[in-house]
Amino acid sequence: MDSALIPKGVKRCPMWQFLLGLGIVGAVLAWGVYAMLLCWFKGLNQTNMNDYYGFALWIWADLAVIALGGGAFFSGLLKYIIGKDELKHIINYAVLIGFICYSSALLILAIDIGQPLRGWFIFWHANVHSMLTEVAFCLSAYFAVLTIEYIPLILENRQLDKVPFFHNLSHNMHETMAVFAATGAFLSFFHQGSLGGVAGVLFGRPFAFREGLLIWPWTFFLFTWSAAAYGPSFTLLITWITEKVAGKKLVKDNVVDLLAKISGWMIFTYIIVKLADTSRWAFITAPGLGQTLADFYTGNDFYGYWILFAELILGGVVPAVILISPPLRKKQAWRVTAFILGVMGVSLNRWVMVLQVMAVPIMPFDNWALYYPSWQEVATTILPVAYGVILIMISYRYLPIFPQEAELNPIQDESPAAVEAETESTPDLQPAKA
Amino acid sequence: MFPFSFEWTWETTRMVFMGGLWYALGIIGAGMTYCILKAAIDASKGTQGRRHH
Repeated sequence: MDSALIPKGVKRCPMWQFLLGLGIVGAVLAWGVYAMLLCWFKGLNQTNMNDYYGFALWIWADLAVIALGGGAFFSGLLKYIIGKDELKHIINYAVLIGFICYSSALLILAIDIGQPLRGWFIFWHANVHSMLTEVAFCLSAYFAVLTIEYIPLILENRQLDKVPFFHNLSHNMHETMAVFAATGAFLSFFHQGSLGGVAGVLFGRPFAFREGLLIWPWTFFLFTWSAAAYGPSFTLLITWITEKVAGKKLVKDNVVDLLAKISGWMIFTYIIVKLADTSRWAFITAPGLGQTLADFYTGNDFYGYWILFAELILGGVVPAVILISPPLRKKQAWRVTAFILGVMGVSLNRWVMVLQVMAVPIMPFDNWALYYPSWQEVATTILPVAYGVILIMISYRYLPIFPQEAELNPIQDESPAAVEAETESTPDLQPAKA
Repeated sequence: MFPFSFEWTWETTRMVFMGGLWYALGIIGAGMTYCILKAAIDASKGTQGRRHH
């Protein structure tokens, strides 16, 4: 039915199967949209946020998806600026994942501000003394960059590509992509960093406070570094999941191995610095502010030393060692385990830097303030996941996301969809366009 | 916010923040304008850009 839209030389599932999948994920999306509308029409009383938790589940989700979406800017930097040309085979997917992550972050913020009609105030009535203003500026501008990086991919759809203007526009955007990629890397450096800086400058919260360089606390650099380190691991994890769902190989091993190795060394260097930062904070900074390490990890039912171990060792040291070790990295089971642990590690880091900061008592008469999200918060946090799955499904079906797919999966049978997709093949048939 | 807005004050932080935003938006806007105009000119001339891989 839609075979004229499917990229040349590749095979897709039947339409009914595609629509069934869309319907199932669409039901989850509808649940999230319902919760979102409740928050917009009834207000933030739909959440469990309170005087302790001005930042809650949504801000954690924001910080986590922004870190995980870091694969887009870092892969772009590696390909367009540093010249790792092999990454052209995975850069499309990295851009798509980044686009989903950043649009999700903006959607969550639109819910979180409670009154989205006033969202533009942050640009016009900017508080230029706030790191969050820098985050809002860079986040919005970088989303524009990601959109620009995603547009050529849409224009390379078989039917759109036949329109001369779209074909030339796509070509021109590819030609100038290095400029956009460099702008994206610049913007990412600052908004990733400022998200960390927001926590690091909280001198009234010894759990988060860090010393630093000039106006930037160490968390500024650690957040940027961790996004560049763990983002590619997330891209590779989603690629692996997509391959499993599609039932075929989509990216060659040498490309996966290269990005996994880079991610591994980035995580390795990050975790060394993070361990040094944690040690200094635990033994010098926090005691200097009147609190001990035990104050942060005892006396409550949830936050124990386990979370420190899970973030730094399980989610940092272990994936780093796996990914920098060639024999382990080349085994898929180990590699995927490292990706999962890495994603868990960076998500936990964002969790503690947002939520544990709020939970820790800071006054002698204070108690631990634990927080449980309302179902509306949970639904609106799952909403972007459903949206992301739908966008990946549609993009995978109709756009040449994986340039190596046709080469890795030559069409053997003569099924109707495959045959129809082949009928318009040209003598200079190419697998797909990057 | 622009310098002609009544809230504007000529202070360093404001110039750095807003200048940075305009700079980034300027590059993005100029880049896209170039791509769109060139695509329109090429399409009108019947030129086909080569494919990228």
